Amino acid sequence: MKPQVKIKTLSIDGRDIGAREDETILEVARENGIAIPTLCWLEGLSTVGACRLCMVEIEGSSRLLPACTTHVEEGMRIATDSERLRRYRRQIVELIFSERNHVCSVCVSNGHCELQSLAQALGIVRVHVPYRYPRLDVDASHPRFVVDHNRCILCTRCVRVCDEVEGAHTWDVSGRGVDARVITDLAQPWGASESCTGCGKCVHVCPTGALFEKGKSVAEMSKRRQFLPYLTLMREERR
Amino acid sequence: MSKPRLATLWLDGCSGCHMSLLDLDERLLELATKADFVFSPLVDVKEFPRDVDIALVEGAIGTDEDREKILKVRERSRLLVAFGDCAVTGNVPAMRNPHGTCCVLARAYHETVTESPQTPTENLPRLAERVCPIHEVVAVDLVIPGCPPPADVIHEVLTELVAGRMPDPARLSRFGQ
Repeated sequence: MKPQVKIKTLSIDGRDIGAREDETILEVARENGIAIPTLCWLEGLSTVGACRLCMVEIEGSSRLLPACTTHVEEGMRIATDSERLRRYRRQIVELIFSERNHVCSVCVSNGHCELQSLAQALGIVRVHVPYRYPRLDVDASHPRFVVDHNRCILCTRCVRVCDEVEGAHTWDVSGRGVDARVITDLAQPWGASESCTGCGKCVHVCPTGALFEKGKSVAEMSKRRQFLPYLTLMREERR
Repeated sequence: MSKPRLATLWLDGCSGCHMSLLDLDERLLELATKADFVFSPLVDVKEFPRDVDIALVEGAIGTDEDREKILKVRERSRLLVAFGDCAVTGNVPAMRNPHGTCCVLARAYHETVTESPQTPTENLPRLAERVCPIHEVVAVDLVIPGCPPPADVIHEVLTELVAGRMPDPARLSRFGQ
């Protein structure tokens, strides 16, 4: 017998909404056509609440909470869009742009990049903090794929998809703060990795041009993500 | 009422933004009836004039000379527009920053040259240690991202500015467009 599903009622941006108690604010918002910007979150992967773009205001709480990891509660009154939230979101995206070398005009993902389109959606046309211009590597040792750390935003989608869906756990993160990097195996060249199966899931979940297929030139790398919710659904049904 | 005085400047960029401006084609003639082009790489005037109403600046700040020019342009212009990604973000010229100017010069003029390698110095402004977008040096009133901004975007922005209105570039263009 299936356990009874409990329903919570809450309001998002003034709209009264019913939701299952195991749902997050982000899931409920998306089901109801309310757009909340995200970068690290991806349907079919675990949630880490790292990018902080989906922060929302909850009445009665002075803290902002990430919609992707916060579960709904009875009577919650949530605001997903305010001048304060827009300001913070713009600051987050500007800091991401300044942290590494995101040169859209010469990037393989120009025109297909989640960071680029998010900047446009948030009305960002300039970055107010000085760019850091770090010197970062491009690892093209893999026969089919390239990792360009200049474009990486450390969302860890590659780490999660490789571990949770492919089961290889080739990717991980080393270092802290501005020294953090995604690595393959024990920080060995990707081409020398013994755990990588070459499936390419990491490439296609990557929101920017950090992971791409060899042979793709400027603006040629568009990602295909449809496989992920489909794979997850099929596995759940099999269980 | 006199016509607005329009100027365009080319700093550290590839001139692609000016090419995109030329792509206005016959709309340039229409624009010329509403504004005076008082300074531009397309106009034979050597000294940036005073009392400019709208100055479009293409390119990043890559040399000491660029820095001097942008300071003068700021002082002499009512409205300064960062025109294209190099002016707005540093873009391609700023790709030398992670490596350092010395490294890049050595690579271009010594390591890859077999016949009497030498770094040119005469009649050329000195490359700055760090390339930066123009808003790091002077106040910018409007930014038009794009590499280059499409002709239609330039047309809309200039039409609005010449008519005395402030356009919203975020709606029109984005980085790398």
